[in-house]
Amino acid sequence: MAKTTLTGTRIRSERQRLGLKQTELAARAGISASYLNLIEHNRRRIGGKLVLDLSRALGVEPAALTEGAQAPLLESLHAAAADHPEVPAETARIEDFAGRFPGWAALLAARSARVARLERRVETLTDRLTHDPFLSSALHDVLSTVTAIRSAAAILADTEDIDPEWQARFLRNIRDDAHRLGDGASALVRHLDQSGERPAAAGTPQEELEQLLEVSDFHLPALEGPLPQDPAALAAAAPGLTSPAARSLARAHFDRYRSDAAALAAGAFGRALAQSGFDPLRVARLFDVPLAMVLRRWAALAGPQGGPRPGLVRADGSGTLIFRQPTQGFALPRFGAVCPLWPLFEALTHPNVPVRRLVELGEGAPQRFLTYAISSATRPSGFDGPLVHEATMLILPEGLVPFPGGDALPIGSGCRICPHEACVARREPSLLSAAD
Amino acid sequence: MGKRVLLIEDEPNIIEAIRFILSRDGWSVLTHADGSTAFDAVCAQVPDVIILDAMLPNRSGFEILRDIRARDETREIPVMMLTARGQQKDRDMAERYGANRFMTKPFSNAEVLDVMRQLAPS
Repeated sequence: MAKTTLTGTRIRSERQRLGLKQTELAARAGISASYLNLIEHNRRRIGGKLVLDLSRALGVEPAALTEGAQAPLLESLHAAAADHPEVPAETARIEDFAGRFPGWAALLAARSARVARLERRVETLTDRLTHDPFLSSALHDVLSTVTAIRSAAAILADTEDIDPEWQARFLRNIRDDAHRLGDGASALVRHLDQSGERPAAAGTPQEELEQLLEVSDFHLPALEGPLPQDPAALAAAAPGLTSPAARSLARAHFDRYRSDAAALAAGAFGRALAQSGFDPLRVARLFDVPLAMVLRRWAALAGPQGGPRPGLVRADGSGTLIFRQPTQGFALPRFGAVCPLWPLFEALTHPNVPVRRLVELGEGAPQRFLTYAISSATRPSGFDGPLVHEATMLILPEGLVPFPGGDALPIGSGCRICPHEACVARREPSLLSAAD
Repeated sequence: MGKRVLLIEDEPNIIEAIRFILSRDGWSVLTHADGSTAFDAVCAQVPDVIILDAMLPNRSGFEILRDIRARDETREIPVMMLTARGQQKDRDMAERYGANRFMTKPFSNAEVLDVMRQLAPS
């Protein structure tokens, strides 16, 4: 199937390939032809059961209709509009825009994403200028040496009656300082050259690690099985990790992954999960391991087994996301604060209390996700050390496990691009409601 | 005898240059290069003016300035801070801790002389 950008366009393309009329496909999917027409022209967003019905009627996998489609593009367009609140973009008609002009919409989204990447890069470089100890020290040395040379040169030039002994001393100082200046400038250039070799795409060590893991679907066969590789060696040899900080993060991630894999071998874990009715708490009790480990293991193993990949996020005590494994349709913002209604934060404020929440994102035909979350509060360095919180949330898209009944909790990505205007947890006005 | 200035700076050639130009202008120049003992030197000497580098070995100039402003005997001594970083936050910090003047490297001899004459007029 041609990979067009929007779900509706893909449905139309697949229907035409099969030689079906709109009325025929609509009947098979149990919807009206006029509604299907709106869907095919990207005037209506769909998700959940309707995607399953249409994919079944077309004889294709649901992912073929939705994977990489629509949601990320619309999310990107909303984010682009949110970045410029002074521009009255018609956000209420974003789907219409993306449907009519998919090329321009993709271009706008790509430009917006590039600007965000570059802004992040600038922020990172500014941080480095401020906090990089080598850079700070080297610049200080260069400027101090220049000051000494300038002062000595001015003394020699402006003091007509200078004593020959002082004159010789200042000339010697200038010569010595000139050498030091040359050495310092060379060291600075070498340092900046090495920095320039780092890729621009991954602005932070966390992003470098996430890009590396994305390639393998967050599954690491090298750390599975009875003879796993050494995490330190794996981190040292990992491609794309250019900074020491990224390698350090990778090492910590690989260490934890190997521990998880040792405690929860893939085969036994999969069988236990199925036998437990996909209840991660029961699996945790069965293996006598923390629930967070079960959630991490599920996220690492479910992706390669086919079907939609689950998502996983971890937050520290400040609420900052310290790990992101994305899943289709559940936007994980890179910058700025996320929706405070995520079950992740319910868990964060209730340490050791397991949380299960059915949530939905988006408006019209929202996508539903089953989430499991837990947080821990520990003192890693003993009773005299600080209390350290960490929360983990597993995000399961529809199709992976049976969902429980009941209403789903409406949540968003972040307040600025969230359509739930009357949300009680709203932090700031939504750009969407302002534009309506 | 001229006014006394204590130059707290760890770069020997800057010390030599400033000592030369201030001496010729009639100042009595005392020097100290180590951050950890600089405040002791201030208390011992009680100079008329202090030139204080922000980035010193073992202790920052900002911390030394805070101690100078906290002690009755040294609180009123005019202080000119030197720094290689001209960032606004450094200026703000110097002002908050009570620096009288703030000078960014590289500076000229004339600027140093001018500021010193303002801080301790004869």
